[in-house]
Amino acid sequence: MPFIPHTQADVDVMLAEIGVADIDSLFDEIPKELTSDRLDHVPEGMSELAMLQHMAERAEQDQGYTCFLGGGSYDHHIPSAVWDLTTRGEFMTAYTPYQAEASQGTLQLIYEYQSMMVALTGMDVSNASVYDGASGLAEAVLMAIRANKKNKSGRVLIAQTVHPHYTQTTRNIVQNQNVLIEALPMHGDGAGGVLDLSALNAGAAQGEAPGAIVIQQPNFYGRMEDVDALADWAHAQNTLVIAVVNPMSLGVLKPPSEWGKNGADIVCGDGQPFGVPMASGGPSFGFICSRKEYMRQLPGRIIGKTEDLDGRTGYTLTLQAREQHIRRGKATSNICTNQGLLVTAGTIYMSLMGPQGIRETAITCHRRAVELQQRLLQIDGVEEFFTGPFFHEFALRLPIPAVKVVEAMMAEGILPGLVLADFSDGSLEHAKYGLLVAVTEKRTNAEIEQYVTMLTRVLQQSASSTNVQAGS
Amino acid sequence: MSEIPNEMKFAATHEWARLEEDGTVTVGISDHAQQALGDVVFVEMPELGLTISEGEEAGVVESVKAASDIYAPIRGEVIEVNPKLDDAPETVNEDPYGEGWFFKLQPQDLSDLDELLDAEAYAEVCDSEEH
Repeated sequence: MPFIPHTQADVDVMLAEIGVADIDSLFDEIPKELTSDRLDHVPEGMSELAMLQHMAERAEQDQGYTCFLGGGSYDHHIPSAVWDLTTRGEFMTAYTPYQAEASQGTLQLIYEYQSMMVALTGMDVSNASVYDGASGLAEAVLMAIRANKKNKSGRVLIAQTVHPHYTQTTRNIVQNQNVLIEALPMHGDGAGGVLDLSALNAGAAQGEAPGAIVIQQPNFYGRMEDVDALADWAHAQNTLVIAVVNPMSLGVLKPPSEWGKNGADIVCGDGQPFGVPMASGGPSFGFICSRKEYMRQLPGRIIGKTEDLDGRTGYTLTLQAREQHIRRGKATSNICTNQGLLVTAGTIYMSLMGPQGIRETAITCHRRAVELQQRLLQIDGVEEFFTGPFFHEFALRLPIPAVKVVEAMMAEGILPGLVLADFSDGSLEHAKYGLLVAVTEKRTNAEIEQYVTMLTRVLQQSASSTNVQAGS
Repeated sequence: MSEIPNEMKFAATHEWARLEEDGTVTVGISDHAQQALGDVVFVEMPELGLTISEGEEAGVVESVKAASDIYAPIRGEVIEVNPKLDDAPETVNEDPYGEGWFFKLQPQDLSDLDELLDAEAYAEVCDSEEH
């Protein structure tokens, strides 16, 4: 079916027919206080040519750098077969087909995806994916509030060590739904970068027990939380545990289903490390898995495997009776779709790598990250921002503002990391000197060597220019 | 044509209520409702001990094509839910007035039952929906 847009003449005829002045007046019945003026910031459409030029210009900015950026999006190797297969016509759709059962291949792929995510996280069920990790967390929070029948609190504690963008996105989505988001504090200084268990207990003494807590592992700073103690602390007061995880890290870390005595209740995260290019920060896909008992509160859809009347295997949409097109305002969530194309890439990536491949990749990432960190700590003035174990990302404290280091190293073709101050609300001391560095299996010995050489030189130059200024 | 027994009362929202000898009231959905829903795949029950008012949401019945709220036909406290529906929700289709009951209430005021429809009045409601 071709997509034929209306001409202005078509639009004018239709508006005249129903006696309406312009398109905007069609929305007059929506009260003004409910409309968002922010939509004014959405730009007008572009021509295909202008769009291609615009995107080419942007893509250009990403070229030619050796990448040590992380913070939720990582530069992993993507086997060529992943996008070769994903972009075949049979898969190349960003959307779940409306006549779902006619697309058995797409449904089978999603079924395989769900099976792999369940194996990876150790949980009972997975949905067919959501938009990205951050919106996945928002959905997980709403789901936990619906699912927690023992504790009907609308209060949710999100660890301060969760990616700040995830927390902001969650606030935006849940703020008008009677959910109260509060921060779980972390240790402030050198020993910090992880949640403070003693502060937890002090905080818990005040106010009602929260409906859910959100813990990220590895956390935003790459550090390891004491997930066993945190999960047990939460479960002791009928608080559900929402785990935010990097799927690649599950190659080496224990699955969230084994956190503490009972395991996490809901697991979510971003699938970008699995076959999705960084692409200037998006798009990617989000995942949500949970225990079976909360299955009917999972947002979105699940693909089930069944048999037809002749005993042949078939795949079908299940649990969709709770989606918006049937339940309207009482739908489980307003997520009625999944992130089809990127999930295809993620599923093919997992198929190609297998559990062993993912494990080896995760181990290589960790070893290279440790190697780079150890080398960098030998440079004069470079210290750990937080001390303690990490997966493949770590924070450094530099003797000069991190933004200066980033500028100088980018001029030499290295993206050295993220400036912590860009992700801090001002509560993190010395954030200006903090640099968050991620290392993947793609970084060669030579690139690691080059990083060390460059940082050494940048700091020496900075020190000598300071000395010259001081001496003059 | 669906079956509408005489020994129970009905809500216009298709729940039935039957006064038992021990003074409790059993609640389910009508034959007409189960036919309209199609194959029932899941029933979400109210929590034991919950006190509900008439017309208040007391659960959800989910079929292959729809999910509908179940409303309490009278005021009362939930004292029992049908454990059989967890594993065999299709019982609602097979025996809506018997084995397929949903929950039992300790009624707050038995006169609430007088507000409900008798079989004849409920049959009219069903007829008007069908035409």
